[in-house]
Amino acid sequence: MASHLVVVGASLAGLRAVEAVRKDGHDGPVTLIGAERHLPYDRPPLSKAFLEAGDEDPEHPRFREESHLAQELGVELVLGEPASGLDTAAREVHVADRRIGYDALVLATGARAKSLPGSPDLDGVHTLRTLDDAQAIRAALDAGARTVVIGAGFIGSEVASGAHKRGLEVTVLEALPTPLGRAVGEEMGAAVSQLHHRNGMDLRCGVTVSAIEGNGSVEAVVLEDGTRLPADLVVVGAGAAPTTDWLEGSGLELDDGVVCDEYLAAGPPGIYAAGDIARWRNAQFDGDLMRLEHWTSAAEQGAVAARNALDPASAKPYATVPYFWSDWYDSRIQFVGIPRGDEVRVVSGRPEDGRFVALYRRCDHLVGVLAVNRQAEVMKYRAQIKKNITWDDALKFAAQREAAAQDKAERAREGEHAAAG
Amino acid sequence: MACIKVDYDKCTGLGICESLAPEFFEVSDDGNLTLLEEEAGPDALDDVREAVAGCPTEALSLKE
Ligand SMILES: Cc1cc2nc3c(=O)[nH]c(=O)nc-3n(C[C@H](O)[C@H](O)[C@H](O)COP(=O)(O)OP(=O)(O)OC[C@H]3O[C@@H](n4cnc5c(N)ncnc54)[C@H](O)[C@@H]3O)c2cc1C
Ligand code: SF4
Repeated sequence: MASHLVVVGASLAGLRAVEAVRKDGHDGPVTLIGAERHLPYDRPPLSKAFLEAGDEDPEHPRFREESHLAQELGVELVLGEPASGLDTAAREVHVADRRIGYDALVLATGARAKSLPGSPDLDGVHTLRTLDDAQAIRAALDAGARTVVIGAGFIGSEVASGAHKRGLEVTVLEALPTPLGRAVGEEMGAAVSQLHHRNGMDLRCGVTVSAIEGNGSVEAVVLEDGTRLPADLVVVGAGAAPTTDWLEGSGLELDDGVVCDEYLAAGPPGIYAAGDIARWRNAQFDGDLMRLEHWTSAAEQGAVAARNALDPASAKPYATVPYFWSDWYDSRIQFVGIPRGDEVRVVSGRPEDGRFVALYRRCDHLVGVLAVNRQAEVMKYRAQIKKNITWDDALKFAAQREAAAQDKAERAREGEHAAAG
Repeated sequence: MACIKVDYDKCTGLGICESLAPEFFEVSDDGNLTLLEEEAGPDALDDVREAVAGCPTEALSLKE
């Protein structure tokens, strides 16, 4: 009998898992289990286009219609109820009172937004991870909420820039002296945060929130120094943690995610993990254990994990140069590689101008590149990191690109002159 | 030969296609995508297929 593939987590990685095996011609049963009542949908737009002002209801960022999943792909959808446990000996996943048997299993339960410890249960206080969160935030913005964003990370910054674009009163609070340290390093965190200042955002770093006040609904955020910021909407952007609670006691190794080898295998037969939940050995970076919270790798891992789970004998490793992007105001921030290194060097443009490229060195290799409003550059560097380029060669490459760009600008100017003269 | 199609209304210039198949796709600083080659031969087909599958906005398609 053909193997039964069960995928837990019906979002990006889970969807790509079921699509990949059907594309390969797998004709055994496939079951997709999701805690949310929604069909799989796309998260990046939730903090971007979905929050923009407009009279009409924004489009549901759904990936596929139900009929496509159920009929065309022949996927059994079990939505609206979380899996509560895993029995690796019996090879069963528990969902409510059902026991769903599997031959191959993909764990794709992603991550959950962290809330502020001790924050009270008030209307108007939200994290942003799900469509339901985004709908509530959008409704508050539509109502003209005075907005306080706690946490100047990527999602918090996107929400802040969206509220600012609508002309609302917004304050961004960050506990650390510089935002984004973990994502892009401290020096560049400061450089990227200048986008807030350039756009007139009230960003306050190194501040501690002592209370969120309200009576049923939120009324104000109070800082440790006594400052009281009136608020109708508080968005907490305090990062995310992998959703592994339902796997406690299953015997899987859980340590900031499901720990996997380079094939995304979690250990017991048939079990693989993908997306924000997976902490796997990335051969691109000396087999370092990594857990990413990025769209591109979640999508790719979903497909690889499902294929490996169904056919472990011909399993392929998953290695990647991580990539994420974020859009604030009218700027695009892109990062490829890893932000940890011994040196960061700006090789093109200037952070003060909100347009630049910075390279990250670890030992004598290029390991990361940050680009702000330099979309033409970033993927060329991704290819170089993939090739494991040395630092010296990376600097030469950068100098060549810089010379070529100046040449082009020069010619464009001459062209304008000629046209004007 | 396979023919590549771009839906420019959907493309947001994220450039994942370029990192997977740089001979075919190039993004400029303003985020516009240029299709350098419209047809992919057998040698390049795997890369192009990956690029098509990798696009987050599903802006790319391939007619084989
Ligand atoms: C607002 C926002 C903006 C983002 N913007 C960007 C961006 O600009 N660029 C970028 O690269 N990345 C971005 N990301 C990250 C990207 O969306 C994630 O990396 C991606 O969604 C991960 O996919 P996933 O399938 O692994 O997990 P998730 O999308 O987290 O999905 C996991 C699913 O599993 C379900 N689940 C959880 N527990 C259970 C259970 N016990 N049983 C069954 N189902 C369960 C959850 O309900 C959820 O639907 C953003 C994320 C958010 C939230
Ligand atoms: S990956 Fe998709 S969205 Fe990105 S540049 Fe290519 S076609 Fe456009």
